Amino acid sequence: MIAELGHFTLILALLTALAQGVFPLLGAQKSHDDLMALGDRLARLTFVLIALSFAALTWAFITSDFSVKLAATHSHTAKPFIYKISGVWGNHEGSILLWTLMLALYGAAIPAFGKTLPVSLKARALAIQGLLTFGFLAFILFTSNPFERLDPMPINGLGLNPLLQDPGLAIHPPLLYMGYVGFSVAFSFSVAALIEGRVDALWARWLRPWVLFAWSFLTLGITMGSIWAYYELGWGGWWMWDPVENVSFMPWLAGTALLHSILVLGTRHQLATWTVLLGISAFSLSLIGTFVVRSGVLVSVHAFAVDPARGVFILALLLAATGGALGLYALRAKTLKGANGYEIISRQGGLVLNNLLLITATATVFLGTFYPLFMDALTGEKITVAKPYFDLTFAPIMMLLIVFMGAAPLLKWSGDSLGSLKGFAVKAVLPLLFIIVATALFGKSVLGGLGFALAFYLAAGTIAAFARRSQGFQTWRAQPAATYGFVLAHLGMAVFTAGVTAMSIWAKDDIGRLKIGESLTLGAYEFTLQSAAPGARENYQFLGAQISVKHQNKALKSLQSEQRFYPVRDMITTEAGFHFSPTSTVFAAIGEGNVRDGFILRANIHPYVTWIWLGALLMALAGFVSLCDKRLRFGKDEPSP
Amino acid sequence: MIRALIPLLIFLGLGALFAVGLTKDPSKLPSELINQPVPVFSLTELYDAKKEIDETIFKGRVSLLNVFGSWCTACLVEHPLLMRAAARKDVLIIGMDWRDRREDGQAWLEQHGNPYSEIIFDEASELAIKLGVTGAPESFIIDKAGYIRYKHTGIITSEIWHQKLLPLIETLKVE
Repeated sequence: MIAELGHFTLILALLTALAQGVFPLLGAQKSHDDLMALGDRLARLTFVLIALSFAALTWAFITSDFSVKLAATHSHTAKPFIYKISGVWGNHEGSILLWTLMLALYGAAIPAFGKTLPVSLKARALAIQGLLTFGFLAFILFTSNPFERLDPMPINGLGLNPLLQDPGLAIHPPLLYMGYVGFSVAFSFSVAALIEGRVDALWARWLRPWVLFAWSFLTLGITMGSIWAYYELGWGGWWMWDPVENVSFMPWLAGTALLHSILVLGTRHQLATWTVLLGISAFSLSLIGTFVVRSGVLVSVHAFAVDPARGVFILALLLAATGGALGLYALRAKTLKGANGYEIISRQGGLVLNNLLLITATATVFLGTFYPLFMDALTGEKITVAKPYFDLTFAPIMMLLIVFMGAAPLLKWSGDSLGSLKGFAVKAVLPLLFIIVATALFGKSVLGGLGFALAFYLAAGTIAAFARRSQGFQTWRAQPAATYGFVLAHLGMAVFTAGVTAMSIWAKDDIGRLKIGESLTLGAYEFTLQSAAPGARENYQFLGAQISVKHQNKALKSLQSEQRFYPVRDMITTEAGFHFSPTSTVFAAIGEGNVRDGFILRANIHPYVTWIWLGALLMALAGFVSLCDKRLRFGKDEPSP
Repeated sequence: MIRALIPLLIFLGLGALFAVGLTKDPSKLPSELINQPVPVFSLTELYDAKKEIDETIFKGRVSLLNVFGSWCTACLVEHPLLMRAAARKDVLIIGMDWRDRREDGQAWLEQHGNPYSEIIFDEASELAIKLGVTGAPESFIIDKAGYIRYKHTGIITSEIWHQKLLPLIETLKVE
């Protein structure tokens, strides 16, 4: 009965979302205040209806109601409570429902925070948001109904894929979707601005916190995904350049470009058309990501349930949304006038370069990800593009980006010259040379030295820029939160760069077959297999091993690794034992074996891998700090200093 | 006006490619190889560089040819399933260690177990190109007459094994 209620509220939401997509738009065209005001109420109503529907589905999972097909195929009575809840979005239907729930949540948040917006702009943006929600609700109801019943009802469920039974999964998709879907606000406001034929600094300043919010969540989501893949899958990598990873990364790159161009629009009234285009692109890339993941057009290690009918539907959605928006752009772009002209040597020039590089980077990832698909479509040839392509193309673009990132914030908004960078350049040269030479000598890698030097240069440039803005740190208290956001984000990028450099050059691993008491030596580390014994827990059996680790004869914490067998799913997973550390992260994973012949042990040393996530988390934190800026308070329209 | 059209045109081009891409299943074998005999080849065994293997090993029995490599992370995911299938004697599994070094392939099997009855060592993609292998893991089901009957690209999940591949293997066994 609850499931039917959930289905019913979903159908009601389809109708209210359609009304939200039509009436405010009509009202704005005809300057009819009541029709426009209807948008606010409809947006709230749509959200409440979808939330009820989501609650009904969650209920089916919590109570293990296996007459609901989705619960039967993705849940199990013997599953821990938290995974019963996260199981709701650990499958196609539930995750799309979560997607749509967030779309409606953002829709309902627009009127809540947008009381000071021009009424017609708000009405039009709400209508676009409503149409997007309508499209996704139709997608759910017609191709992926989560409330489908099963008759006869099975005695127990199939259980959630054991790889997904992890706290990482419980939070990874919701965070990611908060980001993905958050860009829908930028999309709706870009389209609304195109209909209005007007983009101004107020528009940009109002939109910026939404982009910041979405971007910060996307950063968190991607980071959690990377951490989860690292320790749960135990593949020894923090990023695989897998298509599914790439499609989450492209909206991030476009979103980062948008964050910077919107800053220029908000303060300098420039880059208007460009910003609108980025607003459309960031969300369109999210849609493309959803298309790729749900249609199975690309081969990925992420095995999602795929169905061509769903692919066709999402492609139609994508064509309608992005095609419509870009068509409108073609018609109206010339009406969006900002101020023109800027000098290359200025902070603004730096931001334009930043945008060009970020978009080139996005295109590079896009090409690498979709090249196999395009080749197949055009010539029928099947090929794969892997890590070497990305290392060769993406890394240099990022390095160039860092070069500009370190220097551009030191410049004034306009009317600056390279001369003002001279002081910084002179002070930075010696430490940079020292880092390169020292790393080349002690780490035996020139490339590693260059990477570290870039990271240091970025950090130094960022701190120098902060010093300039705060008159040599004297007015650091009076600096706006946005400045702290900038400092944290760029420092985060420096930390990230150092981590990536160390990981790509000095990571080590080895495999051996060890009897109990024997050890494996890797660099300055010694791994000793202390014990290995079978056991059983809630919903799996396991082989558990204790591995002690010594570093230069000093004992570190002992590692526990397990190989688990999940009988319900006929699957084996490996839980590696980790010793995370700010310097070298050490981990070991136990494989098959027996007491007589010994057990397979894989040992890894990953220097500074934690810095990668620390850097990424700093960037996400920076976004949230920036949100606290008083100038971004909704409703206040103060000119920026 | 013309400049403003560029994003739309690019997007429509992409959309058209996506649409064509949807009609193609990336995990499908180019149809010309289905129901064709395994191409003629001559390679060596992974563990014995002197032992020659050719297409005749596929004759007279139903087999699963599984393409793997020590560099292939996705292969790790399906490996436990192959181990169990081999232990249950579901089907004879022949491995093809692709674009690998001999010692790396051996070490990998040492670590994760060896489900294969024989392993073709294809360092230079000799057989891989003839078979149209696009990536690893990839698996072919070959009938008693040595004809390719099915190709699966990507990880063999438990569902795919029990619902698709195993039923086909059972049918081919009685053919």
